[in-house]
Amino acid sequence: MEIKYAQSKGKLYIYLSGELDEYTARYAKSEIESAIASSGNISCVVFNFSKTTFMDSTGIGVLLGRYKILKKVGIPIYIQSPSVSINKILQISGIYEIMPKI
Amino acid sequence: MKNRMLIKFDSVSENEGFARNVIASFLLPLNPGIGELTDVKTAVSEAVTNAIVHGYPDTVGEVTMLAETDGESVHIVISDSGVGIDDLEAALEPFYTTKPDDERSGMGFTIIKTFMDEVKVISKQNVGTIVDMTKRLTSVA
Repeated sequence: MEIKYAQSKGKLYIYLSGELDEYTARYAKSEIESAIASSGNISCVVFNFSKTTFMDSTGIGVLLGRYKILKKVGIPIYIQSPSVSINKILQISGIYEIMPKI
Repeated sequence: MKNRMLIKFDSVSENEGFARNVIASFLLPLNPGIGELTDVKTAVSEAVTNAIVHGYPDTVGEVTMLAETDGESVHIVISDSGVGIDDLEAALEPFYTTKPDDERSGMGFTIIKTFMDEVKVISKQNVGTIVDMTKRLTSVA
C-alpha cells in the first residue's frame, strides 16, 4: 500500500495505491492522518481509489474513522474513481450517504 | 474440471493477502470473470480477517482454508480453532462489531453474504468458527 497526496484549490486529494486490508490499514491510517495534519486550510478531502487494487471491509472502517474526525471540524469527504468491486463494497456499506462519489 | 486444495497458515495479518492470492491462483484455470474473482477474493479476505482479528484476539493460532470446485462453482471453507463468536445472530447483522473503538465497520459477514451465493457460519465458544461458502462461476467457459 502506498499513499500519496496533493492539494489543489483547497481540496486535499489522497491517493490510495495497492491493497487496503487489515494488514495495511494501520499504515494507511497513519499516512492519511499526517496528510491531513500537514495540509493546513482545506475545504474537503477526496479519497482517490483509481489505483486501489483491493479493498475489503477494513477499508470501510478506515474511512469511517476519518469521517468521524473530520466531521467534528466540518470538513466533508468525497470518494473518487473506485473500481467496480470497491464501488460495490462502498454501496453495500452505505458509505456514499455520508461521503458522496464525485 | 474437479480440483481441491487445503492450506493451513498462522493467524497473522500478512497472511490475508497470501490467502487471497492462493484462492485466485486456484480459480484461475477455471477462467472466472474478473468480477467473480474479486468477489471470491473479498469474501476470503473477510473470513480470514475475522479468524485473525476475532478468532485469535490475543494469540497466534492456525487458520485453515479448504477450496474445492466441480468446474462450475467453488466451495470454500475457512476455519479457526479460536474463541468462537459470542452472539452469532448479532454478528451476522450489518454494522455489528465487538470492536467499535478499533474502527471496525462490522460489515464483514454482510459483504461475504453479498458476494457469495451460499454462506453458512458455524461457531462454538472456545472451539472455533467455520465459514462455509459457495459461489457459482457463471463465466466459466
